[in-house]
Amino acid sequence: MNKTKITQSFQKTINYLQRIVPILLGVIMAISLFIVLIPKSFYRAVFTGKNFFDPLIGACLGSVAAGNPITSYIIGGELLKEGVSLIAVVAFILSWVTVGVVQLPAESLILGRKFALIRNLFSFISAIIIAILTVLTLSIL
Amino acid sequence: MKRISEKLNSGSWIFLLSMIIIYSFLIIFKFDLGIKVIRQFLILLVKIIPVFILVIFLLFILNLFLSPRKIAKLLGKESGIKGWLLAIGGGIISTGPIYMWYPLLKDLRDKGMRNAYLVAFLYNRAIKPALLPMMIYYFGFPLVAVLCIYMILFSIINGLLVEKAIKNNL
Repeated sequence: MNKTKITQSFQKTINYLQRIVPILLGVIMAISLFIVLIPKSFYRAVFTGKNFFDPLIGACLGSVAAGNPITSYIIGGELLKEGVSLIAVVAFILSWVTVGVVQLPAESLILGRKFALIRNLFSFISAIIIAILTVLTLSIL
Repeated sequence: MKRISEKLNSGSWIFLLSMIIIYSFLIIFKFDLGIKVIRQFLILLVKIIPVFILVIFLLFILNLFLSPRKIAKLLGKESGIKGWLLAIGGGIISTGPIYMWYPLLKDLRDKGMRNAYLVAFLYNRAIKPALLPMMIYYFGFPLVAVLCIYMILFSIINGLLVEKAIKNNL
């Protein structure tokens, strides 16, 4: 193995760490705050347990959020523990990575506005469909 | 692109700093509540650290064997089923922030890459091998496996639909 390549890879990983650690720590701090301060009844009020609206809300929240997928897993995992339905959480983590409202200006600028808008719209709809299909499949398996 | 990256990076530090300030206020004005929140933070942190170390190791391995240029080179060449497989595989193994890929993908499209492959590539970026341990830790293996299969399937469906919508001027 080339020594330069190992150093480059190591440097890349360090760069990734520098980017992700402050976000990760900040998100864990925010989640801890929410867990302690927000009562479970709040989540039950937002996510009502309805098969269509729960993934829709989850997908909307995931679409406007941005950042590393790890963050969405942590938030999604904690939402599950708070009693939010799996269908909503799956839609949330899916739209987090596939829909990028925050990155939309950059995507539009480079890949074209029409392309960016259509791609994000289809990704949003897919997030809801996949969430429903995933939970349905798991219930059958 | 570098400017976007720097902006996001400084944003993440500002975010962390604002959380530290909130925690400090809690400790000063609501000591008991502050301790409760810090305890919850430590519980979460301890749970995540081992999985995070594994994620970092996997990222190092991926960075060692793959580069954006290498993936882009493969994607620009192929079409048909091989093209789909490369777009899906390329999306899965690609690393780094999504905006870093936009110029490369634009370049490939200018050289004749189909919009459908581009969409499949971007969609499959949602599946990250290095992050799978974290995903499995939170959601369990069955869910992650089923989800990944659906995501790959829908990346193709989305690719075809977006391509058609663009062609039909929708």
